[in-house]
Amino acid sequence: MIPVLLWFLFQAAPLMDLPNVTENPYAAAADIALGQKLYKGRCAGCHGLTGDGGKGANLAVRDLPRAQTEQALYRVVRYGIPETEMPATLMAPREVWQIAAFVRSLGSASQDATRGNAAAGEQVVSAKGGCLQCHAIGLKGGRMGPALSDIGGKRSPGHLRGKLLDPAADLVDTFRLATVTTKDGRKITGVRLNEDPFSIQIRDFSDGIHSFFKEQLASVHVERRTTMPSYKGRLSAAEIEDVVAYLLTLRGNVQ
Amino acid sequence: MKIPAILLVCALAAAAQQLTYERLLHPEKEPSNWLTYSGNYAGHRHSPLTQINDSNVGKLKVAWVYQTNSLQKFEATPIVIDGIMYVSEPPSNMAAIDTRTGRALWRYRRQLPDDLRVCCGQVNRGVAVLGDLVYLGTLDGHLLALDTKTGAIRWDTVVVDYKLGYSITVAPLAVKDKIVIGVAGGEYGARGVLDAYHARTGKQAWRFWTVPGPGEPGNETWKGDSWKSGAADTWVTGAFDPATNLIYWGTGNPGPDWNGEVRLGDNLYSDSIVAVDADSGKLKWYFQFTPHDVHDWDATEVPVLIDAEVRGEKRKLLLFPNRNAFYYVLDRVTGKFLLGKPYAKQTWAKGLDDSGRPIRVEGTTPTLQGVKVWPSVAGANNWYSPAYSPVTNLFYVAVRDSGAVYYTGEAVYKPGERFDGGGFRAIAGEEEQGFIRAYKPTTAEVAWEYKLHSAPWAGVLSTAGNLVFGATNEGQIFALNARTGAPLWRFQATSLLVRSNPMTYAVDGKQYIAMTLGNSLYAFTIE
Ligand code: HEC
Ligand code: HEC
Repeated sequence: MIPVLLWFLFQAAPLMDLPNVTENPYAAAADIALGQKLYKGRCAGCHGLTGDGGKGANLAVRDLPRAQTEQALYRVVRYGIPETEMPATLMAPREVWQIAAFVRSLGSASQDATRGNAAAGEQVVSAKGGCLQCHAIGLKGGRMGPALSDIGGKRSPGHLRGKLLDPAADLVDTFRLATVTTKDGRKITGVRLNEDPFSIQIRDFSDGIHSFFKEQLASVHVERRTTMPSYKGRLSAAEIEDVVAYLLTLRGNVQ
Repeated sequence: MKIPAILLVCALAAAAQQLTYERLLHPEKEPSNWLTYSGNYAGHRHSPLTQINDSNVGKLKVAWVYQTNSLQKFEATPIVIDGIMYVSEPPSNMAAIDTRTGRALWRYRRQLPDDLRVCCGQVNRGVAVLGDLVYLGTLDGHLLALDTKTGAIRWDTVVVDYKLGYSITVAPLAVKDKIVIGVAGGEYGARGVLDAYHARTGKQAWRFWTVPGPGEPGNETWKGDSWKSGAADTWVTGAFDPATNLIYWGTGNPGPDWNGEVRLGDNLYSDSIVAVDADSGKLKWYFQFTPHDVHDWDATEVPVLIDAEVRGEKRKLLLFPNRNAFYYVLDRVTGKFLLGKPYAKQTWAKGLDDSGRPIRVEGTTPTLQGVKVWPSVAGANNWYSPAYSPVTNLFYVAVRDSGAVYYTGEAVYKPGERFDGGGFRAIAGEEEQGFIRAYKPTTAEVAWEYKLHSAPWAGVLSTAGNLVFGATNEGQIFALNARTGAPLWRFQATSLLVRSNPMTYAVDGKQYIAMTLGNSLYAFTIE
């Protein structure tokens, strides 16, 4: 119990203490090397060892939109991005700077040469791939899957590639399918919007929103699976790269 | 009985019916819902629901609480459509909430820049809904359309550049196929606009500048280039009358607030009500309450539209208890002034002339050393909402009674920087007064009053259950008898500020009262 509580104390709403500097004071080669070690333990699980894999944002780019200054990078690394999946991490200031130095080195080192063509990817997404049947991008698209309008700021190219080839391998944690059966025998299946010990909320496949107190229900069945098809074999390797390139451009900049 | 699958699908599709303009025109046909910021286009904030009434309101209990993840003021009025509540949260977030349980169906969190320009807190007063989109204005000057079912962004339009001192805190208003929205920025000299955007696409339909540019009528009411930083912002949701096809919207103080030397003239259309055509945004008429204001008395109160007899004639009226402590009745077809009289202590005007123009008292203009004037900068009324009940034919207003010491200061305009030209302070030793008052709408006679402990920052709701709901600075929500003002119920909800308005809805045949109190949204019902 106490560890959980402590975790919240440190993670939830840290008082921000930002160093008042414009340059990273720990950016020598030795700092970057140490930063890499720290990164491996604390960040690589989400961002991948080279910054371009995992469920986190792409760090293998020269320009990090949420970390355009050194101070902004310090803040993101130490305090996370509130209300997103990017967590705060407890570290001493020197360690934060060393990780920050390593993150910057990821961007300048690996500019992905084999990147696909985003314009071609947009075509695949709206036509051959049929993605908009299930996903919303701006004004277009359906609601069977999560909206992709800002996916490029959230996920790495490695993760997006993996999602297209083997969608079941790594699921969106907040997107589960639920089937409930009411005591009078009605069965409703859809996306689970919320759940607690006493109630559950579901959006069915015709976009009807339902809320049930569990005492009204005979059964609740929540599944960890996806309706997203695999595109392995359905799209060529080049098309997959094009789709990934396009998805990376989606940063909430709809219209 | 097993329901055939096809039937089930139909039933759900019907439940997921869209919010059309036709429905927005007739909220009285669906009293379970609360479709616009003020409950109807006329700004009444009145509900025909009677399940909670003067005989049982004492049994009102908390049904659920939804807390926002922010200690900024939670000012929003929720919208409820068919069992789902849409509410904005500070700073520029929003949630869709199941009205039975208080559980979130989805939440939208906006990443905001660090260099926002807000005078008075990172707040938002609510959203608008039309079709399957819900609209939110943001502190960084955008108007967003989100999917009502998922919270996904469908479009994102830049209304104004926040770096010039603008922000958006107002709840938009859906009118026909457009979304009407105003801006804040009166303490930054940000020249006001009232805009309309096509609801489906986010493309701009029209823009009305509240400070006329060179060559336009009214520009001559600003000395030199002072119109460029004239403010007159539009940060409180207005009203709409489908019969006149006019949108009625209040405008804020001229910039800079307290130093009028740098902007000699009447400063149109600051501190005015503007009536613009809903299709074109063209100005039909205006009425300026406080010409050349030097006390920061924004006319950003909620205009209330009623039809009643005045001076022997049945007329379409606009009621406006102004921040400047005068209660106005205007003809909303022509803008003609019909009545104006003080409704709280005021020392700045000897009265109003036949056209409604104030006759100033000498020596009430702010000075370097400061000058004592009533009402205070917060005024006799402010952005929070009044309520009009067609059942009692009474107009309910949360009235503030206090003064302030106003002083001038340097006023040099730099885009994006504060541009106040002075300031104010409380009068030492003065105790602010506060009241809920029921007015006879066309004469401003007081039918009853309920005295508060301090000058309120929360609006009121009236219901056909013979009730008026309001809230105190001390953190209580309460209910009064709508005909007598007798207190019937209260609940201590928070130790934080209450700066919001109550509303009501029903779901599964049960009526609820909802209000943001402190940093929590409460829903009350009778078990
Ligand atoms: C639990 C997974 C997770 C962990 C652990 C994590 N991140 Fe993140 N990170 C994310 C996600 C997801 C985002 C994108 C957030 C969003 O916008 O939705 C992100 C965003 C970022 C960004 C912003 C990138 C941009 O586009 O501007 C930076 C920088 C970053 N992370 C660095 C780090 C560093 C350094 C660490 C280790 C100290 C770390 N992250 C740990 C998941 C994680
Ligand atoms: C039949 C519906 C369906 C189709 C078609 C579909 N998806 Fe999905 N997709 C889903 C669902 C449901 C999820 C969420 C569950 C999961 O897989 O984790 C999802 C998840 C995703 C995610 C992860 C989102 C996140 O927040 O991490 C991405 C990326 C994605 N899809 C991209 C695509 C692309 C690109 C296409 C077209 C080439 C596509 N999808 C086609 C249903 C679909």
